[in-house]
Amino acid sequence: MNYQRYCAIFLVQKKNDKPGVIATMLRKTMHLFWVSCLLLLPVAHSAAADQAYGYPLTDRFVATVVGTPKPLQAKLPEDIPFRSKRIKIFEDRVTPDVLAYNDEMMFSYALQKGAAPLMFLIAGTGASHEGGKNKYMARAFYAQGYHVISLSSPTWPNFVVSATESGVPGHVTRDAQDLYRAMQKTWNEVKGSRSATSHYLTGYSLGALNAAFVAQLDDQKQVFNFDKVLLINPPVSLYNSISLLDRMAENIPGGEDNFGIYFNNLVRVFTDVYKRQKDAVEFGDEFLVTVFKAMQPKDEELAALIGVAFRISSGSMVFTTDVMTDFGFVKPKGLVLGRYADLTPYRQVTARLGFTDFYHEFFYPFYKDEYPGMDRDAFIRNMSLHSIRDYLAGADKISVMHNADDVILEPGEIDFFTEVFADRAKIYPVGGHLGNMEYAENTAHMIGVFK
Amino acid sequence: MNKWTQTTACLLLVMALGACSSNPVDTAAYPEPVYSHDRIVPEELNDPQVIYDPWTGMNRRIYNFNYHFDRYVFLPVVRGYKFITPDFLEAGLHNFFNNFRDVRTLANSILQLSPDKTAQAAGRVMVNTTIGLLGFVDMASKMDLPRPSEDFGQTLGHYGVGAGPYLVVPFLGPSNLRDGFGLIPDYLLLNAVREEVLADDLQIPAALLDAVDTRANVPFRYYETGSAYEYSIVRWLYTTKRELDVAK
Repeated sequence: MNYQRYCAIFLVQKKNDKPGVIATMLRKTMHLFWVSCLLLLPVAHSAAADQAYGYPLTDRFVATVVGTPKPLQAKLPEDIPFRSKRIKIFEDRVTPDVLAYNDEMMFSYALQKGAAPLMFLIAGTGASHEGGKNKYMARAFYAQGYHVISLSSPTWPNFVVSATESGVPGHVTRDAQDLYRAMQKTWNEVKGSRSATSHYLTGYSLGALNAAFVAQLDDQKQVFNFDKVLLINPPVSLYNSISLLDRMAENIPGGEDNFGIYFNNLVRVFTDVYKRQKDAVEFGDEFLVTVFKAMQPKDEELAALIGVAFRISSGSMVFTTDVMTDFGFVKPKGLVLGRYADLTPYRQVTARLGFTDFYHEFFYPFYKDEYPGMDRDAFIRNMSLHSIRDYLAGADKISVMHNADDVILEPGEIDFFTEVFADRAKIYPVGGHLGNMEYAENTAHMIGVFK
Repeated sequence: MNKWTQTTACLLLVMALGACSSNPVDTAAYPEPVYSHDRIVPEELNDPQVIYDPWTGMNRRIYNFNYHFDRYVFLPVVRGYKFITPDFLEAGLHNFFNNFRDVRTLANSILQLSPDKTAQAAGRVMVNTTIGLLGFVDMASKMDLPRPSEDFGQTLGHYGVGAGPYLVVPFLGPSNLRDGFGLIPDYLLLNAVREEVLADDLQIPAALLDAVDTRANVPFRYYETGSAYEYSIVRWLYTTKRELDVAK
C-alpha cells in the first residue's frame, strides 16, 4: 500500500463518524498481511531449498521494521516481576538544571528468590532498559530461572547524564567502563540476600558491541568473570553502521524539508494504534515499529523510517551530550539552560543533523587528543570490533548471532563474524536488523547458547 | 458554540492565569555553536511539533510539579493499592468506575446527537449495572459491545470549538484550554451520579479510589522517555491524539 493512499484513508477517517472503522480496517489489513506471509512461506522455501529456516519476512527492511508476528514468537510468560528503579551513580555529580530529571540512572530487573545465575542485558542505540527488546529478553531469561538486570544503552539520554563519566557515549572502551560500573552498582543495589551462581551477559545491536568490550574489561578486572557472553546483531564498525542509518533518512518522501509533514503523517497512524495499547509510550524504535506494522509501505519508505527512528533517538542524545560537556555543538558554549527552557530551537537543529555530523564535528574532536598520532580513519577503525579482533577470536565464551541481510552492516561485513568467531557464530540467512530476534527458533538459540 | 464564545473563554483564562512564559535568552552574547539554528534550520520550516503554547513557562512548571507529585505521592499510593488489593477486586473496582465513565460517555454522546454512540454507551451501562452486578463485572465487553469514550472536551470539539492553547493541568497532566474546561462539567456529572448511587460515607473513599484507579490504568510516566525533548513530544502527541478523538 503506498503512502498517498494511506493518507487518503486518514482523510476519510476524519470525516467518518463511526468509531472503530479505521481500527477494524487496520486489523483486517494486518491480518491479511500475515496470512499472505504465511501463504508465501512454502514459496520462499522452494526458492531456497537448502534453507530450513522458517522466518517468513525475507525483505530485510520489512523484517527490520515489522519484527516477528506474534504467533511466530517464542511462547514466554507475559507477566514477570519486571520492576524499574533509579540509582545515583556518581555521588558528586551536579546535573545541569535542564536535565535534572535524569540525575539518577534508571534500570530494571527481575529477580528469582535465593541463588540463581545472573544475566545482564544491554539495550541497543538510543533504547532504554525497559524497551521492547530488553523486556523480551528479560522474559525469556527470567522464565529460564535467571536473575535479570536490564541496562539502557549508554546512548540513551538518561544513561548519558547519570552514568557516563565523560558525557559523550559511543566510545567503545569508555562505554564499557560506564556499563561495567553500572552493572556492579545495580546488582549491589537489588541483590539483598540473593546470590549469583554464575554470570552472563548479552546485548543487541550497539548493546552487543558494548557487551564484547565489557567482556574484555571483565577479563582484566574479574569482578563477574562472565561464563558466557552473547552478541546479538552487533555492528562491526560503529561508524559504518551509523553512516548507513544516516543515509536511510535521505529516503524521506519529498526530501529533508518534508521531514515534518512525513513525520506528522506517521504520527497520525501511530496515535490510532497507540490508543489501543496499554504499553507505555517509548519514543525510540519500538514506537515507530508499531506504526509501520499498520502501514506496510515500500522499501524506501521503510528505510526512511528506520533512518528517522534512528535520528529521533540520536537527536535527543546529541543535545544531551552537548549540554553535559558544554562543547558548543548546537547549544552556544557557556549558555546555561534553565530547568524550564524551551528547547525547540535545539530540537529543530538536531532533527536536521545526521549522526555522522555528530561523529566528525563533536565525537572525534572531543576524543582525538586521547589518541595522539592517530588520524580520523584510524580512530574510526579503533571504535570497532576490529580493534579487539584477536581477543574475540580467542575468547571461547563469546558467541554471536546475526543475520546475513542485516541493514546496519556494509556489504561483506557479515564475514567478519564467520572469520573471527568461526563455529561460535550463528548466521541466519534473513531477518534484517533484529527482525527475527523474537522468532521462536532464534529465541531458542539465544537461550541455548547459555546452557 | 461559536468563535466568539471560544475567544471569550480563552481571554478569561489568560487573564486568570496571567502571562507566564520563560524569558528568551539573548544567544548573541555567546559564541556561535558548530550548528546554529540560524544556519541549519530554514525560515519556512513545517514543524509539526510546534503547538500553540503561549503559557509554556507555566505549563513546564506544572509538568515538573506533576512529575514530583507522581513520583512521591501518586505512584507510591498506586503501588500500595495494587499490592494490598487482590487482583479480582482491583479488576472489579476498575470495571465499577468504568461504568461511571460510560455514563459520562453516554451524556456526551447524547449532547453530540450521535445515535450509535448513545446506543452503545446506554447498552453498556444497562448491561453492566444489572447483570454486571452494579458494574463490577464488565459483561458488556464480554458481549462485544463497543466502548466509545466521549468527554465534554470532545463534545465541544464536535461543535467546532478549537483546542485553544496547550495546557498542563495540575495533577492530571497534558490538556488544552477546551479539554481542561471540559473536565468541569464531566466532573460535576460524575459527582452527581455518585451521590445518587452511593451512600454518604462512601462518597470520599469512592472519589479517592476513582483517582487511584485512573492513575493505575494510565501507563504514562513523566520523564521516562529519557528524551530531552519530552515536553514537546508529549504536547504534540496529546494534541494529535485529541484531534483524532474529536474526529472519531
